[in-house]
Amino acid sequence: MTSAMRHKAAPRTGVDWFLFFLRGLLLGLVTVGLGAFVLQQIDPANPVTEWLNPGASRLSWDAAQGLIVSGLSQGAMYGLIALGYSMVYGVLGFINFAHGEVFMVGAMTGMITANKLDHGGLWESNFVLAILIAVAVSVVCSTLTAVVMERVAYRPLRGAPRLIPLITSIGVSFFIQNTSAVLLGPGAKNYPRLPEGLSDRIGIGPLEIEGKKLLVLVVAAASMSALWYLVERTKTGKAMRAVAEDKEIASLMGIDVDRTIVTTFAVGGAMAGVAGILWGILFGSVTEFTGFLPGIKAFSAAVVGGIGNLGGAMAGGLTLGSSESLAPQLILEPLGVTGHTQLKDAVAFLVLIFVLLVRPTGLFGERLSSEDRT
Amino acid sequence: MSNANGATPLLEFRGVNTHYGAVHILKDVDLAIYPGELVCLLGGNASGKSTTLKTLLGMVTPTTGDVILDGERVNGKPTSYLVERGVTMVPENRRLFKRLTVKENLELGAYLRSDRDGIQSDLERVYSMFPRVKERLNQKSGTLSGGEQQMVAMGRALMSNPRVLLMDEPSMGLAPALVQTNFELIQQIHEEGVAIFMVEQNANMALSIADRGWVLQTGRVVLDDSAEALLANPELRASYLGDGNR
Repeated sequence: MTSAMRHKAAPRTGVDWFLFFLRGLLLGLVTVGLGAFVLQQIDPANPVTEWLNPGASRLSWDAAQGLIVSGLSQGAMYGLIALGYSMVYGVLGFINFAHGEVFMVGAMTGMITANKLDHGGLWESNFVLAILIAVAVSVVCSTLTAVVMERVAYRPLRGAPRLIPLITSIGVSFFIQNTSAVLLGPGAKNYPRLPEGLSDRIGIGPLEIEGKKLLVLVVAAASMSALWYLVERTKTGKAMRAVAEDKEIASLMGIDVDRTIVTTFAVGGAMAGVAGILWGILFGSVTEFTGFLPGIKAFSAAVVGGIGNLGGAMAGGLTLGSSESLAPQLILEPLGVTGHTQLKDAVAFLVLIFVLLVRPTGLFGERLSSEDRT
Repeated sequence: MSNANGATPLLEFRGVNTHYGAVHILKDVDLAIYPGELVCLLGGNASGKSTTLKTLLGMVTPTTGDVILDGERVNGKPTSYLVERGVTMVPENRRLFKRLTVKENLELGAYLRSDRDGIQSDLERVYSMFPRVKERLNQKSGTLSGGEQQMVAMGRALMSNPRVLLMDEPSMGLAPALVQTNFELIQQIHEEGVAIFMVEQNANMALSIADRGWVLQTGRVVLDDSAEALLANPELRASYLGDGNR
């Protein structure tokens, strides 16, 4: 998959050399960083470490597993949101940038429900029931948001050049952010306190997982399995895949293409709703801008995994989440980069750039033939 | 208009005119397809063949004139309405869902049906007609050879249990040996009692198996006759059946 293979006959252009250089640079950074990390783990007092990162200490297993678990739980959330980007791209061929806001609506409505339940006392007396209610409300609200969005903003643009719905989606995104600020007031709003038990660590194999992170992982895995079943094993899923591949022939089979597109938005919205409530459980607060960064990162995750590919979206999410959690400690810190923990976001986007440089179709993406692209 | 079986037409065009914007495509077209017959519509590029098919399937609504299915006026009805009532098409170049398995492609052909037993027996029918399809059920249909894909495309169409099967350029893009096989498949389906309306450029081949045919020229039906008569028609021989076409 290198450029040399693709341009067997053609001489390399300046751009090829630039990309080659970039690939080398990123690979070099990763290698050197990991090397320095290994040296530092063996003996923090070796000369290289003393020179690069004076005063370094070994990374303890306790700290490392903390990073792995938070990377995975964050990544699972990215994966859930990424599914919505990927599915909509699959059927309509455009990126719905307002999808991050669908996630935010889930987190917001989850917050409102959770606080109401907290006032009523159910949050404390029966947490499981309370969280189920909150999940149900978030999922319903996110699904509705996604469906209304499709009906009002995107359906009238069916058949327009793809750039038009793309730009519209940015507008929809601002609209939802500001609506939330107007209705609920700007700024951060808190989820009620989680029950004590959820902060305890539970041992699973070599890992000790904080209860709430385990909850996030379990719920994410369950939602993804349900989605997989829907898409791969049901008639609706078959219709969705058919519409994604060829709308004209799908309608020739008698599939209602518009309804299938609505279903796709609804399912993507439901996944974002689940992610929203998980965000609330994990971080405890939500603002009207909560959808922005996770949204962009989930989009990156979808691209990293290969856009249009559902397994890829999940894998991309986990890759991105783990990288941004682990890479600062494993690569940047041993190199003596200051403030490495604040470079999380930069790392996430570097991963995106790196994957695009090395494998432009994403981890699991197929190359689209020009016929498919039209 | 000739009537092959003395019955009422299954699918009919009565004075159909269609427009794309200001462009007049079909001009006063009359067609009638009777139950169980094999008919073909011949015509060169831009003669209005595809528009005829799209109109028959409800994808294009006539500006004037009527499309009649089984005595019911179906102008402007959605495609699914027509598919449910026994009209279906094998599209040009097959257009299988390449990322779906052969089985899933066949199942999508029966998308609008809910009679499990009927679907199962139609699946069996497709398997017995095309044993090679059965061997490849769980393969992605994009990995099949051209001939196998053609079988799946026909099988998919048969899964809707059609009374009339529209075929858009069945010989297009196939190797000559496959064209022959393909026409044999069409005859095989015809023998099962399905009416076939075939749109073709390969006039020789089409007329050799058809009962009747029409010739369309710039949106107008210029010839309407039995297949033998058309094969012998000097005008048609000159324009479509030239020796180069053999």
